[in-house]
Amino acid sequence: MSYTFQGYRRANGKFGSRNLVAVIPSVICANDVGQAICRQVQGTIGYFHHQGCCQLPIDLKRVTDTLSNLGQSPNVGAALVVSLGCEGTDANRLVDEISAAGKPVEIIRIQELGGTARAIQAGIDAAQRLVQQISGLQRETVDVSEVVMAIKCGASDTTSGMASNCVIGYVADKLVDLGATVVFGETTEFLGGEHILARRAVGGENGPVGQKIYEIVKRMEDRAKAIGEDMRGGQPTPGNIAGGLSSIEEKSLGAIVKSGTRPIQGVLEYTDRIDGQKGLWIKDAPGREPEILTGMAATGAQFMMFSTGRGAPQGFPSMPVIKICGNPNTYERMQHDMDLNAGRIITGEATIEQVGEEAFQEMLKVLSGKMTKNEALGYFGSMDIFCLGPVI
Amino acid sequence: MNDCLALKVTDLDNVATIFANGVKDGAQVDVHDKKGNSEIIKVIGDVPYGHKIAVKPIRKGELIIKYGEEIGAATRDIEKGEYVHVHNLEALRGRGDL
Repeated sequence: MSYTFQGYRRANGKFGSRNLVAVIPSVICANDVGQAICRQVQGTIGYFHHQGCCQLPIDLKRVTDTLSNLGQSPNVGAALVVSLGCEGTDANRLVDEISAAGKPVEIIRIQELGGTARAIQAGIDAAQRLVQQISGLQRETVDVSEVVMAIKCGASDTTSGMASNCVIGYVADKLVDLGATVVFGETTEFLGGEHILARRAVGGENGPVGQKIYEIVKRMEDRAKAIGEDMRGGQPTPGNIAGGLSSIEEKSLGAIVKSGTRPIQGVLEYTDRIDGQKGLWIKDAPGREPEILTGMAATGAQFMMFSTGRGAPQGFPSMPVIKICGNPNTYERMQHDMDLNAGRIITGEATIEQVGEEAFQEMLKVLSGKMTKNEALGYFGSMDIFCLGPVI
Repeated sequence: MNDCLALKVTDLDNVATIFANGVKDGAQVDVHDKKGNSEIIKVIGDVPYGHKIAVKPIRKGELIIKYGEEIGAATRDIEKGEYVHVHNLEALRGRGDL
């Protein structure tokens, strides 16, 4: 059986599920100007983060890389870079790289233009031009093998590992078998389950991918230990504990279920992109929503499938997020935020395969333009960039 | 009440998860596994939705197993049917003292 969706073809051979003009502040100090532009101009979204200056060089490069990857992501049709003029990131590189991906790009510089009001005026004019330039693009039929799905779980409880993550695992396996790409992350939530993942690595537990999986988990665990702190109290979260998860190990073992059962092809660093690689991949990123949603969108995912038990409502500016709720009580209370009810698996009303097929069909609709509940509600501001060092 | 549902994921597990609201001390729960086997166990302690009970006695220091994998260790002896959570289970990972 072949499956297709209706997507936007990009000049670099990728396919988007949305066709947006991205307003990209190169530094936090440009956010207010960017927000004013987005409020005024239809068809824009903003990448409003909190980085970009007074950071270590490795982080300044990381912020520039991430913003560049976001600008190049398939759901973005054109970009407006909003620079202050004295930031630590490389605003010119953003313009060059996004432009090289075949997208129209403009830049405004707040200091050069003579301040906030003039920059907003210039930015509105530029964003309006870009929206008019790209908004006539038509969707076309795209094979499902072009799908890049990001997966995540958040606000988990014990239903997550037994219902909603199982549904995502079903979709992940199906997509991999159809030749598509699936990316999962949340390295913190491998702790206690990393041996299971390492054994699924291409080349086995002792091969380079298997060993890399152990390495990124150790790196994450050591980072907490390095500041003399115990991860307990932070992970699992108070909400996880109230939901019945007793330890990070229990949380992890439930979390990794969402990756399905297929071989793991490799580990992507936070700023690595998917450029045609197929199969199941790991992105080394923490589990907190703003940082991993940003990392996944920058990887090139056209959408995210997001499992929850306690009810996580958030989304991302340019990446639709399909919420799969494992807890039937939560679904009842929060159904205006939850796209699918996997709680029916817990109550015995449906099987994992049945809800998995529903999720797969919903995915095709969302890729073709149907808004997810978080998109329709405008709840999509969860964005920030995962940095390594201190603010200096 | 005999209709309270609990799920045990694998044969190795020494805990099961209760998916029923308002399970009180002394309630009988029907613990199912994926093969369709079931066992009635009397609950010790009030157990919230989605929380766990022991399906066999667990000694202090013994590993607690769910999904067929260790999720921590018992900090004291736990009776069959007893509520298992952060008060008697401790994580072995992500901590600075081990």
